[in-house]
Amino acid sequence: MRNQTPLFGRWQVQLILLLSLCCSASVFAQDAEISTTAAAIDTAPTEALATTAPEFDTLVKALTQGSLPKRAQTAKKLGQLDDPRVIPIITALQQGSLYAEKSVDPLVAISDNAGNYVNALNGEKIPATQAEPLKRVPINNTMRSQLRTLLASLNLNDKKPAVRLNAVNRMIADGVDEDTIALLQERQKTEPNEDVRDAITTAFALMNLQSEKASVRIDAIAVLRGSLQQEVRSALLDIANNDSDIKVKQQAQFALDSIEDRISAFRLTENIFFGLSLGSVLLLSAIGLSITFGVMGVINMAHGELMMIGAYVTWVVQQLFPNQIAYSLMIAIPSAFIVAGLVGIAIERGVIRFLYGRPLETLLATFGISLILQQAARSIFSPLNRAVELPEWMSGSLVINPVLSITYNRLYIFIFGLIVFFALLAILKKTSLGLKVRAVSQNRAMARAVGVRASWVDAMTFGLGSGIAGIAGVALSQLTNVGPNLGQAYIIDSFMVVVFGGVGNLWGTLVGAMGLGIINKFLEPYAGAVLAKVLVLVLLILFIQKRPKGIFPQKGRAAAD
Amino acid sequence: MKLKKIAKHVGALGIACGLSIASFSAAAADTIKVGVLHSLSGTMAISETTLKDTMLMLIEEQNKKGGLLGKKLEAVVVDPASNWPLFAEKTRELLTKDKVAAIFGCWTSVSRKSVLPVIEELNGVLFYPVQYEGEESSRNVFYTGAAPNQQAIPAVDYLMKDMKVKRWVLAGTDYVYPRTTNKILEAYLMAKGVAKEDIMINYTPFGHSDWQNIVSDIKRFGSAGKKTAVVSTINGDANVPFYRELGNQKVTAEDIPVVAFSVGEEELSGIDTKPLVGHLAAWNYFMSEDNPANAAFIKQWKAFIKNDKRVTNDPMEAHYIGFNMWVKAVEKAGTTDTDKVVDAIIGIEAPNLTGGMSKMLPNHHITKPVLIGEIQEDGQFLTVSQTDGLVPGDAWSDFLEGSKDLESDWIKLKCGNYNTKTKKCLGAAAAQ
Repeated sequence: MRNQTPLFGRWQVQLILLLSLCCSASVFAQDAEISTTAAAIDTAPTEALATTAPEFDTLVKALTQGSLPKRAQTAKKLGQLDDPRVIPIITALQQGSLYAEKSVDPLVAISDNAGNYVNALNGEKIPATQAEPLKRVPINNTMRSQLRTLLASLNLNDKKPAVRLNAVNRMIADGVDEDTIALLQERQKTEPNEDVRDAITTAFALMNLQSEKASVRIDAIAVLRGSLQQEVRSALLDIANNDSDIKVKQQAQFALDSIEDRISAFRLTENIFFGLSLGSVLLLSAIGLSITFGVMGVINMAHGELMMIGAYVTWVVQQLFPNQIAYSLMIAIPSAFIVAGLVGIAIERGVIRFLYGRPLETLLATFGISLILQQAARSIFSPLNRAVELPEWMSGSLVINPVLSITYNRLYIFIFGLIVFFALLAILKKTSLGLKVRAVSQNRAMARAVGVRASWVDAMTFGLGSGIAGIAGVALSQLTNVGPNLGQAYIIDSFMVVVFGGVGNLWGTLVGAMGLGIINKFLEPYAGAVLAKVLVLVLLILFIQKRPKGIFPQKGRAAAD
Repeated sequence: MKLKKIAKHVGALGIACGLSIASFSAAAADTIKVGVLHSLSGTMAISETTLKDTMLMLIEEQNKKGGLLGKKLEAVVVDPASNWPLFAEKTRELLTKDKVAAIFGCWTSVSRKSVLPVIEELNGVLFYPVQYEGEESSRNVFYTGAAPNQQAIPAVDYLMKDMKVKRWVLAGTDYVYPRTTNKILEAYLMAKGVAKEDIMINYTPFGHSDWQNIVSDIKRFGSAGKKTAVVSTINGDANVPFYRELGNQKVTAEDIPVVAFSVGEEELSGIDTKPLVGHLAAWNYFMSEDNPANAAFIKQWKAFIKNDKRVTNDPMEAHYIGFNMWVKAVEKAGTTDTDKVVDAIIGIEAPNLTGGMSKMLPNHHITKPVLIGEIQEDGQFLTVSQTDGLVPGDAWSDFLEGSKDLESDWIKLKCGNYNTKTKKCLGAAAAQ
């Protein structure tokens, strides 16, 4: 007994260390990104305040008052002024971070989304006491897209190549005409960056597609061949269908075919990623269950609610540290592990230990517990869903090319799922607790005979499985609702994965989760989401008929009973 | 043995409770009872609990004004626990045991369909406050939420005319309301000359959380060079992951706007609204409506619920209108007798919270304005379009085969599904 308690401490610390290490690594990787985006907004008007033209002041103030169409006009006028403060103000308006008082002579401010306000006219900080009457300047879609077009022409001469590239691509998306071409020709003369130059060439080619001369159109098609941009495709499609010249039509069709070939390869990649990503969610939700159900043989219907607890912990942590959203997950992961683990141990000690060997009663009792936990969540946190914010580094996507992009939250959850999996594998294979867990699950009587405290191991194992469910809840809070019903949505899927993979085998859970994820995503385009789910279930039932013990059946003595 | 003993105790306790409730209600015989039939537990508690509180607030307010017909109103709250058959049982209990004068309740269409035979058999009155798919008109039900022509059709009109949308994605959760609404919308769009290949219809299961390839499909569908919009009848819980995926895959409201029929202020209060800004919703009421009646209602609600952050939403307004109409009808009839109230309530006008007067029509639907709003970062809506005047609710859609010939009029025709071609009332059997 004396050497068991510190051991428990060691593996737990190891796990937490491991998890937090991996996660902080991913945050640091992200840090670079955040700083670049922050810098993009940070071209604050503090330095060059030389021109304080009264016209500028009146226009900015008019920008915040009155009807939307009038304000859009004002924005256009403002865009013609040669003043370094214009771009940040219009950017802020477009992104909804421009604030103003409701008055004839309003105070206009730019917010940095962390509650700090800067005067839009002179760049001075506005103290919190004065920020009280500031209201966000309302804006609608029509105006937002007008401003986007306006910003593109303003940003064309920005210092950063990425901003310029965005500006050119926006111009292409809005449709090229003579005015934009003139602007782009001007830019091309001095443009040092190759990507931006390529984009400008694409814009010219798109313009040339509308030329009267067939030879010009054919040349333009040659330039556009291989481009994955959506505007290029729809322009080529239009030519291939409607052009008057048969030769031009043919060329456009050839170009389109070669583009489609490339796209279909990327689609396959995309679909595999979707499948793996769904698989990683399944893995996370099933992996805790593969411990409690797979190793211990307890049918724990409250497993989903343990995930729910983890998700609520994430929310509570965000409430406690409202200004540290980016790092809140680092705190949430270990806290969720501990809270859900403790609840799990309480369930095991309070209910399940009296019911070992009676699966039906365990099922009913844990189902009851799941209902109690759900209703408890309703009473404590209200039946309404809670809003968990996505940290900046989790939102957005990694754009590989115009047809293939991978969303960050899915990517991180995929990596995180694998980390949790291997951490758990290491615990089971390398630690003393793991050894005891395996011993007890394989032969309880023999394990006890050699001095393993079986009931203590049961509690710890159940706590471990529950804690991992809590961690899965943290990941799920980044994808879906945090509410009392969170757990119900995943419990069936979790059991499916464990049964499919082979009860009591962690590798089986991994392969099962990824397999089900990919099968699901490949069925969905043909069958639709509803039917795909049904089909997967049917396939699973057929599979179980053939191989009742799953992909990786347990071998040895444990398999006998 | 032990268990048996406990069970006995619990049973005794239950009987005792039942007795005390019975004796209490006997003592309060000179009150008018109002049934509140909203789920307080289970999946639907998320939406329905608020409506229960709204009803309690309205009843309290009415009692402060002196009650109704000289009697106090008494709320009888039951919990059908998001269990559809239980809705029918609880209705029977409310009507036979508690003898309530009217029931305010239900959220999902399936719960209403479950209540329908009971309420017709026992001749009760139900006020149903949620937007629904139409295709129903019962003598005993008053539909204070929007029919499709008061929400879906005007929203599509707005997208078509103001946003020049040419390609349509109809995405919904797989159950009766989205299926029927999308059928109506598809017929409507085709009638307006939209080609079949410009409409994409997609259904997902309840609580669907993996939207990756659907959003990617929508993106691809929207990249054909024509302005595309998504008309979403996606049910509450699936919306968060849906909008998150849209945000992450950089589908912005400027490129592909999503107009939702089931996302209101209350749902938004549980969502991180950043990725949603600019997307649209169509309702008959927004909390951001600027008029004295609404301001007073919001103030009253916040005081009643003792929480300054709580929001108001469209179904709450529907209960507000429905309750006031019922009160006026009872006052007009001088009794709470179902037959008299059902006749008296037609033509009654009650203020809505958008600054107008809604009227109960002979088809048991009401007139309402239709508002289209853009979601703002604070979870409120910015109204971008509003119908001129009020739109009368239409029980039977004019765009569906088999439904366009039907008419509902409980005054002149005394029928909820009168076929104008065959000149016959189909009666209750066909309504199911």
